[in-house]
Amino acid sequence: MADSGVTDGPEKKEDIERAKNEGKELSKEEKQRLRKEKKQQKKSKEKKDEKEKEKEKKSGGSTATAPQAQPSTQKAPPAVPAPVSNSVPASEPAIPADKPTKSKAELKAERRARQEAERATKQTKKGEPGQQSATGKPKAPPSELQPVVKRLPEHVQVDDPDVLKKLAKKLERQQIPLRSDYGYKVSLFSHLHQYSRKAPPTQQLSIPSTVIHPAIVRLGLQYSQGIVAGSNARSVALLHAFKQVIRDYTTPPNEELSRDLVNKLKPYISFLNQCRPLSASMGNAIKYIKKEISNIPSQCKEEEAKSKLLNNIEWYINEKIILAAKAIAVSSIEKISDGDVILVYGCSSLVNHILCEAFDKQRKFRVIVVDSRPRLEGREALRRLVQKGISCTYVLISAVSYILPEVSKVFLGAHALLANGYVMSRVGTSQIALVAKAFNVPVLVCCETYKFCERVQTDSFVSNELDDPDDLIVTRKGKTQLASWQQVASLGLLNLVYDVTPPDFVDLVITDLGMIPCTSVPVVLRVKNVDQ
Amino acid sequence: MELQAVLMAAGGGSRMTDLTYNTPKAMLPVGNKPLIWYPLNLLERVGFEEVIVITTKEVQKMMSTDPKVKVDVKMKLDVVCIQEDADMGTADALRHIQQKIKTDILVVSCDLITDVALHEVVDLFRAHNATLAMLMSKAHEFTETVPGQKGKKKTAEQRDFVGVDQSGQRLLFMANEADLEDGLSIRKSVIRKHPRMHIKTGLVDAHLYCLKKAVVDFLSENKSISSIRGELVPYLVRKQFSKTTNSEKIKDDCEDQTQKKSDKLFISSRDEPLLQRAQELSCWNDHRGDMSEAYHGGKLRCYVHIMEQGLCCRVNTLAAYIEANRLAPKLFEEPAVHPSSVISERCQMGSDSIIGALCQVADKTSIKRSTIGNSTTVKEKVKVANSIIMHGVTIEEGCNIQGSVICSNAVIGRGADLKYCLVGNGQRIEPEASDTLTFMYCVKTLHIY
Repeated sequence: MADSGVTDGPEKKEDIERAKNEGKELSKEEKQRLRKEKKQQKKSKEKKDEKEKEKEKKSGGSTATAPQAQPSTQKAPPAVPAPVSNSVPASEPAIPADKPTKSKAELKAERRARQEAERATKQTKKGEPGQQSATGKPKAPPSELQPVVKRLPEHVQVDDPDVLKKLAKKLERQQIPLRSDYGYKVSLFSHLHQYSRKAPPTQQLSIPSTVIHPAIVRLGLQYSQGIVAGSNARSVALLHAFKQVIRDYTTPPNEELSRDLVNKLKPYISFLNQCRPLSASMGNAIKYIKKEISNIPSQCKEEEAKSKLLNNIEWYINEKIILAAKAIAVSSIEKISDGDVILVYGCSSLVNHILCEAFDKQRKFRVIVVDSRPRLEGREALRRLVQKGISCTYVLISAVSYILPEVSKVFLGAHALLANGYVMSRVGTSQIALVAKAFNVPVLVCCETYKFCERVQTDSFVSNELDDPDDLIVTRKGKTQLASWQQVASLGLLNLVYDVTPPDFVDLVITDLGMIPCTSVPVVLRVKNVDQ
Repeated sequence: MELQAVLMAAGGGSRMTDLTYNTPKAMLPVGNKPLIWYPLNLLERVGFEEVIVITTKEVQKMMSTDPKVKVDVKMKLDVVCIQEDADMGTADALRHIQQKIKTDILVVSCDLITDVALHEVVDLFRAHNATLAMLMSKAHEFTETVPGQKGKKKTAEQRDFVGVDQSGQRLLFMANEADLEDGLSIRKSVIRKHPRMHIKTGLVDAHLYCLKKAVVDFLSENKSISSIRGELVPYLVRKQFSKTTNSEKIKDDCEDQTQKKSDKLFISSRDEPLLQRAQELSCWNDHRGDMSEAYHGGKLRCYVHIMEQGLCCRVNTLAAYIEANRLAPKLFEEPAVHPSSVISERCQMGSDSIIGALCQVADKTSIKRSTIGNSTTVKEKVKVANSIIMHGVTIEEGCNIQGSVICSNAVIGRGADLKYCLVGNGQRIEPEASDTLTFMYCVKTLHIY
């Protein structure tokens, strides 16, 4: 690493030489003073790094992060900014453009910069700390980084009027009615949409719907009213609706099926997004269908192409959802031993399936179903398990720490698994995982690989879903206390749907590829990308 | 295509023969528009582009000449004529047009005047994949005195008993008082599945039904059903809970034939197993408290949307006709006085009166809370209050008309004093006549002093 100092400005070289020459003349006090100065500068550099990270979060990722990265690397020997800045643009394109990923690349860059700085300062023990690094260098890298800025998705920028205008224009072009937000939003979540169930998305649609295929209108209604709820159910219903769309589709003259059908699907997807924000599994299913449609050769006849697409959809459902569930059940049953007390939360179709299969294979266990308001989905899980014959206990989430001493395992379902190993699931899951960790109870998350998503999220604020706030209102003994909550200026009702669980609380993820630790999710994603 | 609209306009108006003996019910003027205009306007506002209209030749002829229907309604009207004397029920009419029906249908009756948000009914039909979705409304008491009826006593209307579940949307029970002998009997299977049922009697059936295509196919095979309201709807409501729909045993061939007819009602989509799987994976249930899955596993579902507020009026009796004339003008924003009529300045006109085209209203008249049709002439010193005056009527000087219905082309002689009377088409009331609560519609006029 002596080479790293080669590209120094001439000033620093002189200093070092002077120091070496005069090294014997430096007294012990001076050496201590120098060491203290180095430490202080290191600390101030770290503080600056943290400030930059906070600024990034607040500004939501603007180009400012790129030049801000440069001052932090100024302290390091100047050669370092060149390789670091080169690696940063290289890593960023690798991460797909959908969600804010700058934080990961930024962290890597800063960590690397800090390591280089420490290594360099260890070498130059007697030299002054490298403040005068090449000031000319930082100007070159920002221009490299600027073009690689990621766009934030629209659904987390609701408080930005420009984004809303763009959305309104896009929907108008596609002839889809814009659904307006409802009620006062809690300030931390004012960047998300909040709709009311009493204002259905079909209010402004014509009957019979001509712009949007009737199967999609029906699906959108079922999503917004909660009749189809749950990641797997939504994906299967979506694919079923797409099958009907493809069946009823005819290629207009002078158009190619592979391009026209994708364009036809775009307004449908916007409409479904207006009804209820798309889930990660739905997003992956849509990507798959779009890819299959674009891969249809142009000389293929329409009937043939349509039947091919329908078969592909059937294959996707069969392999990714049904067979995956069977494989996960087989793996999980190994983990269930006789005499187990298993805790489940809410109603996960996969976890219910596993427990029913385990019961069929004569395992002796009992289940504790934990439930939470306002959805109270646990009641449905309870019904299905009891109908099968499994002995169950039912508690609300406020009692979870009282019931955990009895529990031997926790099985959780997932809405999506994020690329940094975090588990996105129904709100309350992270709480259960936390308490289970405190009690040293193993937490197993069951998730099919088609729910793996390339997003990165470390908190539940950035991207979430706000459900109808009126769901929180309850009538007891004829009195509804919150009936006029909109009139109270300082009161806001918050109905969150999802939360993220850090990988430290999850012991094992059971997927159709096997049982993997939470941190192996990016590996699976990479393998999937290579396959495709 | 999602829904096809079918407008039933062949009805004879059997409960208001005083008005319909000359004019078919579909063309009776309400607020100076023909009755059939109102459901057509509703369908057009909501976004329909084509309507199949089932009617008689007479109505078809009148419709093609009526300016309101020709100009205002921009939809394509596919008029199907049936014989007047064929005595066809509404279900028979559907069977008649079975060839035209390619998808689910929305059946509307021509005598419905409403401002309902139609998406509420259709959303129930779509979201729950229902076989039947209908519209009902809370009935309002008619406060106006009906001409020709002495005293307030109405003939006992046959009551409808409608049973809905806790959410108020699922239709569990429907019967008319006429069909019930001793009391209401509800099947045990219904009570077991829906232990809490609300039975309502004060509801008006708007005769607006969304029906699946399979029902029309079913009708074509079951020729015994002739009325939608009277027979088909109660049949479907009962069939929701019949044993055969819920048992999944394999049936042998001889039973297959009878089953096939009703099975047709149950298949909702080509990918039935996929839809079933999506429902199984979903964590939603429409009821709580028992061990059954959503909808109790039943494939046939009937839903109802009960309107709490808003206007929903079926013009099938005289009282309803008068009420409708009062309320219908609020539905549209046309000027109360048609621009082509000539109203003199010294006429006192109330704000809730409507005057049609090409009228002539002379001085010193007072018109309050009334509807005056096209081409009517009202001479001096006439007092008209709470009345409905149809087209082409001539009212001579000094008349006093209160609470009456004067049909088209009648002539009211000078100084006549009519209270709560009904004057038929083309009748002449002699001058200085004074009548209260009478009908005058036969060729020989009756004078009751």
